[in-house]
Amino acid sequence: MVVMAVAFILVRDLFAVIMLSGIFSLTAAALYVLMDAVDVAFTEAAVGAGIATVLGLATLGLIGAPAEKVAGRHPLGPLLLAVVTGVALIASTWNLPRYGDPAAPINRHVAPYYITESGREIGVPNIVTSVLSSYRGFDTLGETTVIFTAAAGVLALLGRRRRRPTADQAATDERQP
Amino acid sequence: MSVLGLFNYWIVIVLMMLGFYVVIAQGNLVKKIFGLNIFQVSVFLLYISMAKVDGGTAPILAPHISLYSNPLPHVLILTAIVVGVATMALGLALVVRIKRAYGTIEEDEIAAIEGELP
Repeated sequence: MVVMAVAFILVRDLFAVIMLSGIFSLTAAALYVLMDAVDVAFTEAAVGAGIATVLGLATLGLIGAPAEKVAGRHPLGPLLLAVVTGVALIASTWNLPRYGDPAAPINRHVAPYYITESGREIGVPNIVTSVLSSYRGFDTLGETTVIFTAAAGVLALLGRRRRRPTADQAATDERQP
Repeated sequence: MSVLGLFNYWIVIVLMMLGFYVVIAQGNLVKKIFGLNIFQVSVFLLYISMAKVDGGTAPILAPHISLYSNPLPHVLILTAIVVGVATMALGLALVVRIKRAYGTIEEDEIAAIEGELP
């Protein structure tokens, strides 16, 4: 994935950029399956790799697939900033819980309650579903609000002349979990 | 194990910084938005890798399994993915408008056009 991200920076053709982004998302989805997050993997494969790519291609269609960038500038300032931030972040990982540690704080808060009680309280075998739609239902309501706002924004920005991105947005609305 | 257990964070940070670099250094607006996508995916990976429990399985209740991965980050990231795509759709719509108004999607060219205006 790191190789893909580097290629992403170096490639100048916008079509290749969007395709690389789609492959990147699909690889991420495979990684999610390896890390037991099957629901997230489904969503990433459908939304991240599918709809985002379609949206990008629709945009390219609307702006007429412009020529490549003027010149591949790779200024030093931002590069330095990114490297320094990255090193600082890596230095700060020493005290974080190790990968797969069952005693990590994140696994001891409300998660055990969800795992032991959701089957009895909600009656849905998939814990992710019961948390999403029941325990954290307001999050999902907020998410739906965000999507509605985004759809309204896209309509307001583009709706008067061309309809194509609007159709894509409708597809996003239908497929979201 | 102690150092290797941090490897997931390092991958996430490298990816995050690559996305960060694209967002702040590249002049092309479409590329910027897809760089933001890389940044987002790295954050998703951070959450999902924190949720993994050694020996656990996917959080779907089954009779003979007692150890599951943490379902809560999965829920948060499910929401985040969809919100991320909504953000991206809005950003790309803005790019289309900018292209119509300025005829270009390169940042420096837009700045040059802005400079010409009174």
